[in-house]
Amino acid sequence: MKPAPFDYYRPDTLEEALELLAQHGSEGKLLAGGQSLLPILNMRLSVQGCLIDINHLKDLAYIRLEDGWLHIGALTRQRDLEKSDLVRAHAPLIAEAVPFIGHVQTRNRGTVGGSLVHADPTAELPLSFLALDGVAVIESAEGKREVALQDFFVTYLTTDVATDELLTEVKIPVNTVPRGYAFTEFSRRHGDFAMVDAGCVLGVDPDHRVTSTRLVIGGVDAVPVVVDSVAELLQGQKLSESLLDELSLLACDNIDPEGDLHGSREYRMNLARVYVKKAVRTAYLRASGREELE
Amino acid sequence: MIQALSQSTIEIQLTVNGKLYREEVEARKLLSDFLRDDCGLTGTHVGCEHGVCGTCTVLVNGSAVRSCLMLAVQADGAEITTVEGLAQSELGRRLQQAFSECHALQCGFCTPGILMSASEFLQSGEKRSTEETREMLSGHLCRCTGYISIVEAIRKTNDWSMGGE
Repeated sequence: MKPAPFDYYRPDTLEEALELLAQHGSEGKLLAGGQSLLPILNMRLSVQGCLIDINHLKDLAYIRLEDGWLHIGALTRQRDLEKSDLVRAHAPLIAEAVPFIGHVQTRNRGTVGGSLVHADPTAELPLSFLALDGVAVIESAEGKREVALQDFFVTYLTTDVATDELLTEVKIPVNTVPRGYAFTEFSRRHGDFAMVDAGCVLGVDPDHRVTSTRLVIGGVDAVPVVVDSVAELLQGQKLSESLLDELSLLACDNIDPEGDLHGSREYRMNLARVYVKKAVRTAYLRASGREELE
Repeated sequence: MIQALSQSTIEIQLTVNGKLYREEVEARKLLSDFLRDDCGLTGTHVGCEHGVCGTCTVLVNGSAVRSCLMLAVQADGAEITTVEGLAQSELGRRLQQAFSECHALQCGFCTPGILMSASEFLQSGEKRSTEETREMLSGHLCRCTGYISIVEAIRKTNDWSMGGE
């Protein structure tokens, strides 16, 4: 299985890349890590007229802390994200999620930007960055704009990035992110696509009452789902087993997964209930520094 | 900027197992095919060709990657190590010996890829847990061994790389 012929461009600068995108429009497909694109091309599920290989835009590979934001360049390899002390310190949710992405051998090539723009509804990075209120920085020959990830994912494999645009960075506010976090995932084997994954970021006051919650569920809709109703339910509460049961049912009122070969709709709903509970429980225990719920 | 219109070729230059290659390739040529066809290094096996089986794994600038998910033109300027180059290092020879002693292969089709991943995995000389080893191996399919003997061979090489015997 080999790719069909295509025109190949390898720009050396962001300006050249944006110029190529402006010229080629929807014909110009960006090649970053290639860990999702190459299988599709190899199997000829897609035939592209023109590939723009951005792997030489080395300026887009960075992780840095600046002005209260953690800035991550789109060309940062997933493996570098995994190894980063800055990510572990300021966005531990991401550090916890990355080992679930494919395998070491694919994380060595796969990029942060590629994963976000590919927008697989079960993928770990879109969900995690969304849970952390991330912002996408998008550039084109016309200029630069920022979009909250809340508005970034449109539907299956589709984002707000237009055909003449390139995602250059994703950034997360770090000063405001509360301490409790958790990422959980169910897949049939390690490294497989998730059937259901869930991420939770949660803050508590000194009395262990919840001050803020952000819960995101993946694999249950066309885009990762932010469940605001759970945040409302938890506000000002101490987490208990009965509250966990209640919130897991409430979370599933917001989702409508599709069944497929690997699991029915009901099965996925059940997985979502179980993994939401795991994520919220772990985030709460970490935020309040305890081993068990009261 | 480098560009090549459909089916024309690009000159690339890269080092494979310490030897410099300068070749003309079509942009759509996969690195796995380049290594086998243009370099004559058939130790890199081609399995599924969509990034699932891991048998085509090579080291690109020291990192284990699937050579079927990389274009040869993307390896321009890179340093590649294939299974043929593994014998140049003591670690590679130890791995080979441990795989033999532990019967960590039967048909051997998946073995080159596993050896390449294992060599990156053990490079640091740190103690590796069985869990970490299994996670690393999850990027490879072996239909003969059930992995137990492979995990054992890697553990044995790990003990050696940490300074033991």
